[in-house]
Amino acid sequence: MPKDSGIGASPKRREDLRFLTGTGNYTDDINLSGQAYVHFLRSDVAHGKINGIDTAAAAAMPGVIRIFTGADFEGVGSIPCGWQVTDRHGQPMQEPAHPVLAQGKVRYVGDAIAAVVAESREQARDAAEAIELDIEELPAVIDMKEAVKEGAPKVHDDLTSNLCYDWGFVEENKPAVEEAFANAAHVTTLELVNNRLVANPMEPRVAVGDFNRATGESTLYTTSQNPHVIRLLMGAFVLGIPEHKLRVIAPDVGGGFGTKIFHYAEEAFCTFAAKALNRAVKWTSTRSEAFMTDAHGRDHVTKIELALDAENNFTAIRTDTYANMGAYLSTFAPSVPTWLHGTLMAGNYKTPLIYVNVKAVFTNTVPVDAYRGAGRPEATFQLERVIDKAARELGVDPIALRRQNFITEFPYATPVAVEYDTGDYHATMDKLIDVADFAGFKARRAESEKNGKLRGLGVNCYIEACGIAPSNLVGQLGARAGLYESATVRVNATGGLVVMTGSHSHGQGHETSFPQVIADMIGIDESMVEIVHGDTANTPMGMGTYGSRSLAVGGSAMVRATEKIIAKAKKIAAHILEASDADIELKDGQFSVAGTDKSLAWGDVTLAAYVPHNYPLEDMEPGLEETAFYDPANFTYPSGAYACEVEVDPETGKITIERFAAADDFGNIVNPMIVDGQVHGGIGQGIGQALLEGCVYDENGQLLSASYMDYAMPRADDLPFYQVDHSCQTPCTHNPLGVKGCGEAGAIGSPPAVVNAVVDALQSAGKDVTHIDMPLTPNRVWSAMNS
Amino acid sequence: MYNFEFEKPATIADAVAALGAEDAQALGGGQTLLPTMKQRLAMPTKLVSLSGIGEMQGVCSNNDGSLSIGGATTHATVAAEAAAQYPALADLASHIGDPAVRNRGTIGGSLANNDPAACYPAAALGSGATIVTNAREIAADDYFQGLFTTALEEGEIITGVRFPVPEAANYQKFLQPASRFALVGVFVAKFADGVRVAVTGASEDGVFRWSEAEQALSASFSPEAVNGLQVDPANMMGDIHGTKEYRAHLIGVLTKRAVAAAS
Ligand SMILES: Cc1cc2nc3c(=O)[nH]c(=O)nc-3n(C[C@H](O)[C@H](O)[C@H](O)COP(=O)(O)OP(=O)(O)OC[C@H]3O[C@@H](n4cnc5c(N)ncnc54)[C@H](O)[C@@H]3O)c2cc1C
Repeated sequence: MPKDSGIGASPKRREDLRFLTGTGNYTDDINLSGQAYVHFLRSDVAHGKINGIDTAAAAAMPGVIRIFTGADFEGVGSIPCGWQVTDRHGQPMQEPAHPVLAQGKVRYVGDAIAAVVAESREQARDAAEAIELDIEELPAVIDMKEAVKEGAPKVHDDLTSNLCYDWGFVEENKPAVEEAFANAAHVTTLELVNNRLVANPMEPRVAVGDFNRATGESTLYTTSQNPHVIRLLMGAFVLGIPEHKLRVIAPDVGGGFGTKIFHYAEEAFCTFAAKALNRAVKWTSTRSEAFMTDAHGRDHVTKIELALDAENNFTAIRTDTYANMGAYLSTFAPSVPTWLHGTLMAGNYKTPLIYVNVKAVFTNTVPVDAYRGAGRPEATFQLERVIDKAARELGVDPIALRRQNFITEFPYATPVAVEYDTGDYHATMDKLIDVADFAGFKARRAESEKNGKLRGLGVNCYIEACGIAPSNLVGQLGARAGLYESATVRVNATGGLVVMTGSHSHGQGHETSFPQVIADMIGIDESMVEIVHGDTANTPMGMGTYGSRSLAVGGSAMVRATEKIIAKAKKIAAHILEASDADIELKDGQFSVAGTDKSLAWGDVTLAAYVPHNYPLEDMEPGLEETAFYDPANFTYPSGAYACEVEVDPETGKITIERFAAADDFGNIVNPMIVDGQVHGGIGQGIGQALLEGCVYDENGQLLSASYMDYAMPRADDLPFYQVDHSCQTPCTHNPLGVKGCGEAGAIGSPPAVVNAVVDALQSAGKDVTHIDMPLTPNRVWSAMNS
Repeated sequence: MYNFEFEKPATIADAVAALGAEDAQALGGGQTLLPTMKQRLAMPTKLVSLSGIGEMQGVCSNNDGSLSIGGATTHATVAAEAAAQYPALADLASHIGDPAVRNRGTIGGSLANNDPAACYPAAALGSGATIVTNAREIAADDYFQGLFTTALEEGEIITGVRFPVPEAANYQKFLQPASRFALVGVFVAKFADGVRVAVTGASEDGVFRWSEAEQALSASFSPEAVNGLQVDPANMMGDIHGTKEYRAHLIGVLTKRAVAAAS
């Protein structure tokens, strides 16, 4: 029986009322009195030396308040990087300065050169056009392999080369891995590209800086997934504002997908300029600016090798990856191709030896950072593609090959430093075979062939590490932040609760699912619980939302705080009921004394906490408000198996996705409808990456896919109806809810299924095609078929 | 967007007069012009809207069996009102952009703009239509002169388009996946005196007639007639969505499909 409330129920998302009726409060809805507008003059060359910026004529234009250039930011800090990677030789990565406005050089198309603050947006833009630039164009480096060659132009003159780091993992494994390859019965090799993507949240970025001269307090309204992180990074490292004088508010945020995690120069600019001018300063990104300034995602070039023994057991994996950092290090960029990628290379398989090499490279392109899945899609894609290729080379069933190598005993310590707590990969594969109706595939293929189409079936597994993350562990790995989460639960006198959380909701539905958990714990109606997030002034210091961490980490903090509330409320009840607190039970919102008919309602106790007339004041403070900080003991490891069925038009190479099935193990589930939605969205983005989305620069560093005219986003009719199942549940063993996280799974698990299916379709027609790089445009498929 | 004046005349004569002002520009549905202005790539001093001119609206049949469409008629109106007389044309109009674009964008605007990936140019050239302006009539064969280039003079307005109605016709549009304009589009029209094949999206010179296919199809109107014919890739456009070779290949595939669908 589906439940109608609490954990396991699917109440409609309460936030959707405001999102769907246009009554949300997004950053661009915030307009402060006396607000001025900034327009950034951005570089139209990928690499250039700034010889001069003449702002005189522009400054005299109507409405112009002030024009800022890099010179105004001397003495101001650099936009910081939040993660330091140590290379194979024990050396720290090369870390260039990242000024708020370009100083000396521009390093990508879109790099901000000057900022015009004016009375109106149009006036600011008019004046920006009147700025006279003297920029000497320099040769640009775009291709990663070219960028690391001797003599390549340097993106940063003060670094020794364009190599940010050369990372080996696990370096000590290297000789043993080489030996395993030397002794292998079979080696499968695959070279591939994980295509560069633009996140494209529906809401472009916005920042509004404000300054209160009377209090000396700065406020930044911004489109962020983690306002406290922005407060810390911008306050401590860039602008030198102590946190008690800086408030960061991220109100309703229209999608993030990772690209709104990072601290961006525009945020620092608006905060800085508001103080300098004593006026609120607003920036609203246009969609065109979003394409050339939001951190991009993925962009790996990889060679992966899989060694097998004579019985087809995986004996070793070796990978060689170039990862694009772009022109500057975005906040978490160095961690993505390393700790979020190398640690996942074991996948669902008991490969004993793994060696991952990653060269992170600076190029004259937009910075690249985490995008839904971040590192884990790249790991999953190469691993699941090479396994599929191996199965075809060996003439064995790809599912059987996977099953034979599945990890089956838990906990399982991989050779790449993580320990999976639970999972059941056979169970999700069994479930997939069922929900995807593999039994009917043959008939469907015959039907397609009758219509002149090729049909293919692709399967893959995935595992991800999320619920990011144990702070002491990530500290050792180079994180410059803790990754706990926080919650304050405030019970009001009349029994309603307000939960102030450091998690941030930008589409995930926290305002609906979090109350389900708390209401269940107390036994009250969900409508009595309100979630507050997104404002550093009224939430405890939290780390925000990314890495599928909100319920696993933030939810756990909420549970811990609520446990403290319940423990205290029981003491109050015990006092009033003249019983021992050990005898008090809380059920359905009623406190009762075990074995008696004495009871008190939740509301009686909460009232007593604030009107403490009959209250043990000598033993306990009045009030009912508790805070908890939860730092997880391990990552969580959602896993699953995905299947995709495609049709290929052999005349044009056009692919249509006919069926897509997902069998996920997310551990316990709070709101199945929201989980379905997360998986649907993730698969949509995964199919987008596999078939449509490709961010392309030309050799001079001009962004060719700079608008929706050339960057193909998936639309409803590109996507099939999905069969999604999450009934396989091995609960997480180390968090109080037993939850694993579901936000990224769809984007991680789906691209290899699509490509595997297309290869299957082409091979069914006798085409010797073993791989096609994403996006699988009709042209690429047609070329592969005809080469 | 820069500032501009706005006028909305009720007659063609007033529109022509208004367009006499320096840097004045006609506004059809604004689906191309307004985004260009927002990006500050166009800066007319005055916009003269054609949407208030009654004589430039609607679809009607002529005595000779041809179809006349007012220059300010929206794609949605053509899709609805040409469906009975010229289903291939109505179908083409119904697949331009999305509903918002079709409810605003006009046939005159599309033909005046002559985007190399637009659909209407293929229909006009493939049908052997006549472009009617405030000053003259121009045969489609003389009208299209390359990318975004036409026979229109400064300030000349397309007041209507006259389409001969073929015995059979079909338009095959292969979508460019991002913009959903035509990566390649082929319009095939069979008339009593021969077959016309017009190709959009593909050539570096804009919409063109594929004469080899026209000859072959005029001899035998069947998909097989196109077998072995190949457009020279050298003059095709190549970009991130399709190489020259791929576009040349698609022309053949789509022509066959159009013939199959028309016959
Ligand atoms: C999202 C989107 C998708 C689209 N998809 C397609 C597609 O799939 N296929 C396709 O063919 N097109 C497509 N278009 C373009 C669309 O058809 C436009 O409507 C058309 O190209 C321009 O027509 P308009 O009436 O909007 O002209 P406007 O934008 O108003 O004007 C365009 C140009 O023509 C001039 N002009 C306008 N009317 C006249 C006239 N009567 N006489 C002389 N000059 C005139 C203007 O001065 C201007 O230079 C798409 C557009 C958008 C925004």
